[in-house]
Amino acid sequence: MDEFAIKAQNLTKKFGNFIAVNSISFEVKKGEIFGFLGANGAGKTTAMKMLCGLSIPTSGTAKIGELDVYTQKDKIKSRIGYMSQKFSLYDDLTVLENIMFFGGIYGLRRSLLQEKCKNLLNRLNLNRQRNHLVHSLPLGWKQKLAFSVAVIHDPTIVFLDEPTGGVDPLVRRQFWDLIYEASDRGITIFVTTHYMDEAEYCNRISIMVNGRIGALDTPHNLKVEYGVTSMNDVFYQLARGK
Amino acid sequence: MMTEPIITVEKLSRTFQKGKVKAVKNISFSINKNEIFGLIGPDGAGKTSIFRILTTLLLPDTGFAHIAGYDMVKEYKKIRQIIGYMPGKFSLYQDLTVEENLHFFASIYGTNIDENYHLIEDIYNQLSPFKDRKAGNLSGGMKQKLALSCALIHNPTIMFLDEPTTGVDPVSRKEFWVMLSKLKRKGITILVSTPYMDEASLCDRVALIQDGNILSIDQPGNITKQFPRSLYSIRSNQKGRIINYLRMFKGIYNCYVYGENIHFNFEKEDHREMLVKLKKNLQHKNLFDDTIRIVEPSIEDCFIEMLSGRKSNAIENG
Repeated sequence: MDEFAIKAQNLTKKFGNFIAVNSISFEVKKGEIFGFLGANGAGKTTAMKMLCGLSIPTSGTAKIGELDVYTQKDKIKSRIGYMSQKFSLYDDLTVLENIMFFGGIYGLRRSLLQEKCKNLLNRLNLNRQRNHLVHSLPLGWKQKLAFSVAVIHDPTIVFLDEPTGGVDPLVRRQFWDLIYEASDRGITIFVTTHYMDEAEYCNRISIMVNGRIGALDTPHNLKVEYGVTSMNDVFYQLARGK
Repeated sequence: MMTEPIITVEKLSRTFQKGKVKAVKNISFSINKNEIFGLIGPDGAGKTSIFRILTTLLLPDTGFAHIAGYDMVKEYKKIRQIIGYMPGKFSLYQDLTVEENLHFFASIYGTNIDENYHLIEDIYNQLSPFKDRKAGNLSGGMKQKLALSCALIHNPTIMFLDEPTTGVDPVSRKEFWVMLSKLKRKGITILVSTPYMDEASLCDRVALIQDGNILSIDQPGNITKQFPRSLYSIRSNQKGRIINYLRMFKGIYNCYVYGENIHFNFEKEDHREMLVKLKKNLQHKNLFDDTIRIVEPSIEDCFIEMLSGRKSNAIENG
């Protein structure tokens, strides 16, 4: 059994003279909810793309489970789930069509997919909307559906890129209920967010500053270390170097 | 305090897709001169439709609005000259440079950069190292600053900022609000929308909006004062288990995670015995290591309270 879902060592990405990710090393434990924070432009998206097998590192190593980001990119893509605020589902397909489409892409057998589909619709209370276009769903429902679809193939890890941006406070909490459930099933969660209260819901968080990892610990330990009472203050001190 | 309205909105409604989608439902409000007025609500609440109506880009189905004394429909050209609009979606010319964009917007409003440079100086200083870069190649935070500069360059009386901080990190958000308070000091009225509840406290007055309806309009401090229940907070590292317990406990009205804490309240204000029982049970189950404290509600707490009320009403009525 693998102990780590992600293990990165001196991972680096340069674009010309610009170092977007500067020799970062960290590990994410299996089943952990790991918050990946940082200011805009700190290098989060670039780092995440390398971990998803979408961008080849300039140097350093990273493994997703036992899979190598240089040589096993396609295998990585089949083992992970991904959702972002910007792209998650096809607006002009129905709820059901989206589920079947993504399940099919991930190669789930038809009988299994049908069962998963039934459970998913029940769990999200979307049975009545199953034949509605995704376009017509409120954002919060869309995001809950997108998350459920991103984990339909029981990936070892799911990458969530600002999944709750703009979502109302009640639905934002329901979304985190889904995250906890997935985590209980053993799925590792790798999540970025600009909501500092959500940083508190993670087991551990890292904060990227100018391409490096400025801090990495449990929310509680970080607050103690920086002598402040909120994650907002931790973030502010790190990102502004005060 | 001067309370002269500069924007008045009366019974505004707007539907889309032949009436199927009701984006704005019969809303009325007014905005005072030199106020920072916040429209606070999640995606799909109707914020952008309201912005597009007030900036004369979209006609309402019913209702009307006056902007600085001008009729929104008949005098839309006059309104366009005195307002600045920063849409939620980045709408500058991506293939023009930073400086060319600014120059372009100044000239279509019949002015030039020098004339109103004092207004954008603070913001543009941070951009000037990139003045020859194409707008499409700027980072998110820089795009936002350029868009604000372009919306300001003709010295507008009223600024409309549609979700200027969405997707922006907490530090840059804070800096953005410092810029807004400086603009207010220069006499500009600002209507701003945001899905971040914590930004409500930075506005003079806010309208909380959901599903095309206004849930409440007031100063942020008054909205939190009107929270109808005592709000309790527990801190614990077993949040999931406590929430599950609270959900089953009879007499609890609402409970939810709030950062590192759990917030909850009771159906009835006369709940002393219940609270004692709850404490005892939680201790008995080894479920909390802190104390239960009464806390001041935030705008987010108020929003959750209002949404919960609406949902249970909907069930009773429906």
